[in-house]
Amino acid sequence: MGALPPGAGANHTMAQMEIELILMRQLASHLTMPIFLYGPDEDLLYFNEAAEKLIGISFDDAAPMPPDRLAALFRTKTEEGKRLPSSQLPIVIALRERRPVHQPVRFRSLDGVSRTIDLTAIPLDGQGGRQLGAVAIFWERKEEEAAE
Amino acid sequence: MKVTLWGTRGSVPSPGPENVRYGGNTACVEVRGADGSLLILDAGSGVRRLGTVIGPEVGRIDILLTHLHMDHILGLGFFAPLYQEGLEVHIWGPPSAGHDLGTRLARYYLSRPLFPVRLRDLPCDLKLHDVERGVFSIPGFEVTADLVLHPGPTVGYRIRENGASLAYLPDHEPALGAREFPGSPEWISGFDLAHGADLLIHDAQYTVAEYSDHVGWGHSAMSHMLAFARAADVARLVTFHHDPAHSDTDIDCFVEEAQAAGLPFPVEAGQEGATYQVGD
Repeated sequence: MGALPPGAGANHTMAQMEIELILMRQLASHLTMPIFLYGPDEDLLYFNEAAEKLIGISFDDAAPMPPDRLAALFRTKTEEGKRLPSSQLPIVIALRERRPVHQPVRFRSLDGVSRTIDLTAIPLDGQGGRQLGAVAIFWERKEEEAAE
Repeated sequence: MKVTLWGTRGSVPSPGPENVRYGGNTACVEVRGADGSLLILDAGSGVRRLGTVIGPEVGRIDILLTHLHMDHILGLGFFAPLYQEGLEVHIWGPPSAGHDLGTRLARYYLSRPLFPVRLRDLPCDLKLHDVERGVFSIPGFEVTADLVLHPGPTVGYRIRENGASLAYLPDHEPALGAREFPGSPEWISGFDLAHGADLLIHDAQYTVAEYSDHVGWGHSAMSHMLAFARAADVARLVTFHHDPAHSDTDIDCFVEEAQAAGLPFPVEAGQEGATYQVGD
C-alpha cells in the first residue's frame, strides 16, 4: 500500500494533518496546561492559549521554528542555569529518540520573567509504526517566578 | 462508476412505516466500475439484498469496511456470495493496535455465540486485508484510505475511476472539539479524502440540537456535514447514516432546510435504491 500523498484528494497546497495530530491539537486547545505540538519533521505545529500566555506570544504571531530556535529565543537552560544544548532539549529527545522525558527547565518569557517549569515531552506514535511528532507539556511553578 | 445505495441508516436497522422511503437498512453502498468490477462499501444489513442480485458473471468482489461497528458489518453473515464456493471475496478494513482485521472480525462477529458460521469455515475464497492509510489498487478502481474522526480505528475512502471520484465518510465527526469549524483545511479530518470529489456520501446523523447531547459519539450534525462539504468543495452531496429515530418526514425537512441554505452544490437525502452515475 502506497503512502498517502500530500493533498491526495485534490490540488490544495496544504496537506491535511494526521488524524492523531488533529485530535491532539483539539484536545490541547481545551486544556489549561501550556502545550506545544511538534510534527515529525520537528516543525512547530501548534501551541495553545495557556502556552501563549506563558511565553508571551500568540501562535498566530509566532513564525514557524524548530525546537532549538524556540529554545534559543527563550534562553532555555537547565534548572541550575546551565545552557541546554539543543540535542538535550526534552522535545528534541522525544522527537529523535522516541522516548518520554520529564525534567525541570528554566526559560525567560518575552515579558522578561524567568521561570522554572517542569517539562514533560512525549513522542506520539501511530499505528503502523508512524512517527507523528511529539508533544511538550509545561508544568508551571508559579511560586518561583522572579524578574530577571 | 455507478453508485447504488443499499442501506443509508445508521446505528441499527430501523424498518417501519415511518422509514419506508429512505429505508431502514444500515450502511451499504455498491460501486460498479465501467468494466463491471464490483466494490462494496460497508456490509451493514443492506448488503443482504445486494447479495441476492449479484450474478454469476462476477468473479471477484471487494468489500471495503470503514470500521467494525456492528451497523457496518452485521450483514456480512447473510451475504450470499460468501457461501459460494470458490468465489474470490476480498474484505478490506482497518486493524486495531493489537489485532488484524481477520482476528477482529472473527472475535467480534463471525464466531460463536454471536454467529453459527465461523469466518474460517466460509466456503468462498476469502482474502482479508488490513487497510492502512494510503493508496492502493483493486480491479477497476484506485482507492485512497485515511483515518477519520470516529471512535476506534475508522477509515474513510476515496474511490477513483478514470478521473472521477467518490468520497465515502459514513461515520465522521470532524467538528469534534474544534474551537471553530471548519477552520483551516489542514486541520479538518477527512478533508483530503473529500476535497473536490464528484460525489460525497457523508454522515448526517444529528440535528444541531441532538448533537449537543452526543458529542464524541462519532457523528455529525447536518450543519457540520454542510460546512465540511462546502470547505471540501465537493460537486454533489448525499446524506447518510440517518438516525434511527428520524422518519422520512424528518429527513425531508432537514434536507429542505439544507437546500434552502444556498449551497454551491446539490444536496439530497440518501435513499435506499438510489443510484448515481459518477463520471462517464
